Amino acid sequence: MAGKTVSLFIQCLVDTMYPQVGEAMVAVFDRLGVPLAYPAGQTCCGQPAWNSGYRREAAAAARHFIEVFEGAEVIVCPSGSCVHMVRHHYPELFEDDPAMAAKARAVAANTFEFTQYLVDVLGVTDTESRFSGSVTYHDSCHLSRGLGIAMQPRTLLGNVRGLKLIEMRDSDTCCGFGGTFSVNYPEISTAMVDEKIENILATGADGVVGCDISCLMNIEGRLTRRGEKVKVLHIAEILAGLRGGDQ
Amino acid sequence: MKTSSPSTYREAAVAGIDSAQLQKSLQGLQNRFGKGAMELWAGMADQEMRDRVKESRMKTFEHLDIVLAELAKNVRARGGQVHFAVTAQDAVNYTLAVAKKNEVKRVVKGKSMTSMEVDIDPALEQEGIEVVETDLGEYIIQLAGDRPSHIIAPCIHLNRNQIGRLFTDKLGIDFTEDPPTLTMAARKALREKLLTADMGLTGCNLACAETGMISLVSNEGNIRMATTMPRVVVALMGMERVVATMAEHRETLQLLTRGAALQKLSTYVSFLGGPASKDDPDGPREFHLVIIDNGRSRILADPEFREVLACIRCGACLNICPVYGKIGGHAYNSPYCGPIGAVVTPLLDGINKHADLCKGETLCGACKDICPVKNDLPRMLSALRHKLAYGSDRWNTRQHNPAEARAFRVWRLLVTRPFLYRTLIGLGRIVQRPFIGKEGTIRKMAGIAAGWTAGRDLPPVARRTFHQLWKEKYAGNRPTAPTIETPEEK
Repeated sequence: MAGKTVSLFIQCLVDTMYPQVGEAMVAVFDRLGVPLAYPAGQTCCGQPAWNSGYRREAAAAARHFIEVFEGAEVIVCPSGSCVHMVRHHYPELFEDDPAMAAKARAVAANTFEFTQYLVDVLGVTDTESRFSGSVTYHDSCHLSRGLGIAMQPRTLLGNVRGLKLIEMRDSDTCCGFGGTFSVNYPEISTAMVDEKIENILATGADGVVGCDISCLMNIEGRLTRRGEKVKVLHIAEILAGLRGGDQ
Repeated sequence: MKTSSPSTYREAAVAGIDSAQLQKSLQGLQNRFGKGAMELWAGMADQEMRDRVKESRMKTFEHLDIVLAELAKNVRARGGQVHFAVTAQDAVNYTLAVAKKNEVKRVVKGKSMTSMEVDIDPALEQEGIEVVETDLGEYIIQLAGDRPSHIIAPCIHLNRNQIGRLFTDKLGIDFTEDPPTLTMAARKALREKLLTADMGLTGCNLACAETGMISLVSNEGNIRMATTMPRVVVALMGMERVVATMAEHRETLQLLTRGAALQKLSTYVSFLGGPASKDDPDGPREFHLVIIDNGRSRILADPEFREVLACIRCGACLNICPVYGKIGGHAYNSPYCGPIGAVVTPLLDGINKHADLCKGETLCGACKDICPVKNDLPRMLSALRHKLAYGSDRWNTRQHNPAEARAFRVWRLLVTRPFLYRTLIGLGRIVQRPFIGKEGTIRKMAGIAAGWTAGRDLPPVARRTFHQLWKEKYAGNRPTAPTIETPEEK
């Protein structure tokens, strides 16, 4: 599978705090023989500014992103919310600037979430991965509602040898992250993530899997604070077979 | 607009979160009505109806003046009186004048959020007029001196034990927790009020311009009684409640009862078409329709927010919102709570004043999915935050948080200059050292991050960022030959 060279768009949180997720993506693409590139100038897609209303600052970040990724054959990112930002909000940011808007639309159309790219574009539903243990899957909001991606990760997980997928109740209810919401309204955010955690625990699964590290960071941060033993994994880590359930 | 709670959004939210009973009620509500509405939409045979209704609402707004004029003409043709109220005070003054002219001593109300928006009850009471809510939930709230916490289920925060004690105290009945017994007690008390009231005061679910009739939905029959038994009826109507034709009315009503209570039709739908006449002797002697602007023109004029006027006030968004589901309705400090309240309250009553409503959600999008007319509330919340970020003359809004604005200007410098950005990450790795606990996570931080670590751990900046790992491990060692084939290539 040579095909297009994938330019990795590594979410800032993955880059700085969960680099193993980026490495896992590389491992999966390497196994599939997908040529990779990593544009070194990338920083943040601008979502924090956008969500807080700072559109000029978000537009500056978007302009930078577009410059960095303009030449890419295809852009793939391990985060639904960042892809949602690029896909749906970049074009809105340049409504008054037709030239930039055209560029934004081109980059938007060319940006894919990791599982979406595997399943919908490459047609890969089985990454020949192994994992020993049971997991439950969290549907992050911008991934499932914003991009309509819910079956792709489940299909991929369903074909992982040794993995048992146990669906949780209300898997598509928000975990309470919400970017700056989580620090500005910590009590509400914590109450929300506690409900998510109750639903995770009720499955009895060894781990919880998702496609957005920001939500997973929220869930993991609360799980460890509560002293729970459930592991938190990005789907790339499972597909790469880098970590087992018994680890 | 009536905003009485002295506590802030966060404080009131915490009070809601800490109430085990409220949590149980909200969970039951959302499990039944939130999930129910989603299933209902998914299973509807006519999958285009929601888009059609939305389109008709938006089309009406394009020439709202003409449609309202048609409505007024047709109401007047039936002998009804129409008053256009520019402000809340104007609506109150008019209603008060009608009450005084008719020597009204007692007003029975149908459930109306618009009446709370214009805050009419205190004005009537100041004139010595008794005001009685006749919707069971609102009646309970009124007896308790409380505030509603849900658009459709106003006393969702009270349980049957509290209501039992309230009825013992206020209605003098023996204590019981039995809902049918409590309902009968309220019914008896309310019947006496309804039979002796001089004026009925209601809201307006929909007004049909073509027929000149307004319609009111209820499940208790109270609105029918409140609009047929008293001598005078006044209906308060937000000016966006109008639909142009009977056909549009039918479909909009179908969405309203489904969104509100999963009903194909509510138990009662009352059509009010003016006072009694020679040909039609039933009904009040006077019928007044008060069409209220109170800030709606400004919303109508702004393409970013016009969509919110399409709301049909079914309350479905409250039944799915994960934030409302935790904090309850009182935290919003407005007659309009939940996601719709978070958008419409700032627009009607001041964006700065209600900044917490604009910022206190996760933008998860559940409200947009459940909305019968698919209102994009998250988009509008984001637009409200935009007004707060820089201020807006159009909305008389000043910059909400200058310190935050400065922080984002610095952030902008960083994310547009990769070298600076990378340098700062390196610096963060050093600065964080004293905060990292023995588990390898950060458990306590100061400043803005304290909000995170109050209840959650934070992972530290990794020893090597992916950026560095790529350079060191992967960049020079890229596979060139395909290892497996895609299905298409096979």
